[in-house]
Amino acid sequence: MLVKQISVFLENKIGRLAEITELLGQNKINIRALAIADTTEFGILRLIVDNPEKAQEVLEDRGFAAKQTDVIVVKVADKPGGLAGILKELKKSDLNVEYLYAFVKQSGENALVVFRIENTSEAIKVLQGMGVEIISPEEIYSL
Amino acid sequence: MEEGKNSIEFIRREELEKIQVNRLKKTIERANNSPFYKNIFKKEGIHPEDIRCTDDIRKLPFTTREDLRENFPFGFIALPLNKIVRVHTSTGTTGKPKAIFFSKRDVDEAAGLIARCMRMTGAGPGDVFQNMMSYGLFTGGLVFHYGAEKAGVLVIPAGAGNTEKQIELMRDFKTTIVHITPSYALYLADILEEKGIDPEEELNLRIVYLGAEPYSQKTREKIEKIYGVNAFNCYGLSEMNGPGVGFECPLKDGLHIWEDNFILEVVDPLTGEPLPDGKEGELVLTTINREAMPIIRYRTGDITFIYPQVCGCGRTHRKISPIKGRTDDMFIIKGVNVFPSEVERVLMDTPEVARNYQIVIERERSLDIMRIRVEIKKRFFDGSLEHLKELQEKIKSKVKSELMVTPRVELLEPGTLPRTTGKSKRVIDKRRL
Repeated sequence: MLVKQISVFLENKIGRLAEITELLGQNKINIRALAIADTTEFGILRLIVDNPEKAQEVLEDRGFAAKQTDVIVVKVADKPGGLAGILKELKKSDLNVEYLYAFVKQSGENALVVFRIENTSEAIKVLQGMGVEIISPEEIYSL
Repeated sequence: MEEGKNSIEFIRREELEKIQVNRLKKTIERANNSPFYKNIFKKEGIHPEDIRCTDDIRKLPFTTREDLRENFPFGFIALPLNKIVRVHTSTGTTGKPKAIFFSKRDVDEAAGLIARCMRMTGAGPGDVFQNMMSYGLFTGGLVFHYGAEKAGVLVIPAGAGNTEKQIELMRDFKTTIVHITPSYALYLADILEEKGIDPEEELNLRIVYLGAEPYSQKTREKIEKIYGVNAFNCYGLSEMNGPGVGFECPLKDGLHIWEDNFILEVVDPLTGEPLPDGKEGELVLTTINREAMPIIRYRTGDITFIYPQVCGCGRTHRKISPIKGRTDDMFIIKGVNVFPSEVERVLMDTPEVARNYQIVIERERSLDIMRIRVEIKKRFFDGSLEHLKELQEKIKSKVKSELMVTPRVELLEPGTLPRTTGKSKRVIDKRRL
């Protein structure tokens, strides 16, 4: 159920992003989704790729601080209010969403959204309870 | 005290040297009451009778910053504690600071020297003096304050910072003299300009004492022009009472050291060999008129030279050049002395960061900014932005509480900073002085 996200520590240098994407490209690693969280001084690049193990390896070899983080990817109906319903339900269950971001690619009529929630197992229960479709890692990596 | 041409400021050199020899002998006698010097004098067989001329000071050992630290707090006091009325500590030190003790007489003598400096620059009764240096443990506030009162001026103990209030005080009380750091003088000028106040027209300033930070002749001229004042360079260090150790006369070419209170030497920083006047080296000072805490041949770490020629003003006390640098890697920021090793100690206590670091000092709107650049450790990184922010905050507050300077903290990717062998260049000072 849990997808491995790659988090990379970045100083705020635009060039570093180019370097990472190029490095992954050279190693035939495909980026499915990405998001940057930053402050004025530094940031974290979050990546969903088709081969997280290899991605972490090549990034660390190049000297980057890279970690795998568990995230949940769900299918959200691509219509107004689609995401709102899910967030409301999570809040009701006292589950704190640390961050979320959407996929680059869509899957049919649905949007894919990445959730980082502290209590992942509880979150999965809540999401399944609402009938939200959770995407398996295999499905993501082979998109 | 006698003023004018008959005063101690214009005393003949032979007379001055007689005073020095007598006072140095007395200093050795006094110092022998302190645990630190008693031990050293005994070990090296030093007696007051060994001193027959000023040059005999070379028979005495040096005292270093480390000696003061290691013997903190009472190892240097030469009087019973009940004869001591004040203590100041040095700024910007972690762990053991340097403590400097004053007897009632010491407080009075230090004030007398400041008063002498102020009169030399033309200050006196009728002047309104606003002291913009930090009060408290730092000597620039209280020591100068007492001296100014002794000089008979009206003193406003404004303290550092709070720019709005400073401006209000200057206007309300028609301040004629300020004691200020050069960087704050420039910052204040910016604020005055923003407020549309012309410092030359709307303020009553005529004299500015610039201290606690090194600066260039250009900066002085800029400040003189903006405020329409005479700006004088002052040099001091808490170990030698604080401000007023060296002070410019109206010729503004070099700082007179009051040689009836201090014996001055310039030595080769590596060998410790005394250098002739005119040669650049490390300034070494001995207090010869202090009773609570005599300090002998103190290695200041400041680089300067002694002017070989007599000053055109007629004062016989020799002059040193403005401080040209340091023998160590100490730097001064917002008037606070900072040693990179102190920043290092804070970082060493922070397991999340690597050993490699860099300190960048910049000037932003005339104010000094210290940026600490440090690499995070790979194993600390867990993908959380919050944790990084917390780490940044933690380093910031630790440095602030230990060094009294608030830094900006930059977290870097592992391996970003240049790896250097030996004494790497940790400090990058981008300020143009």
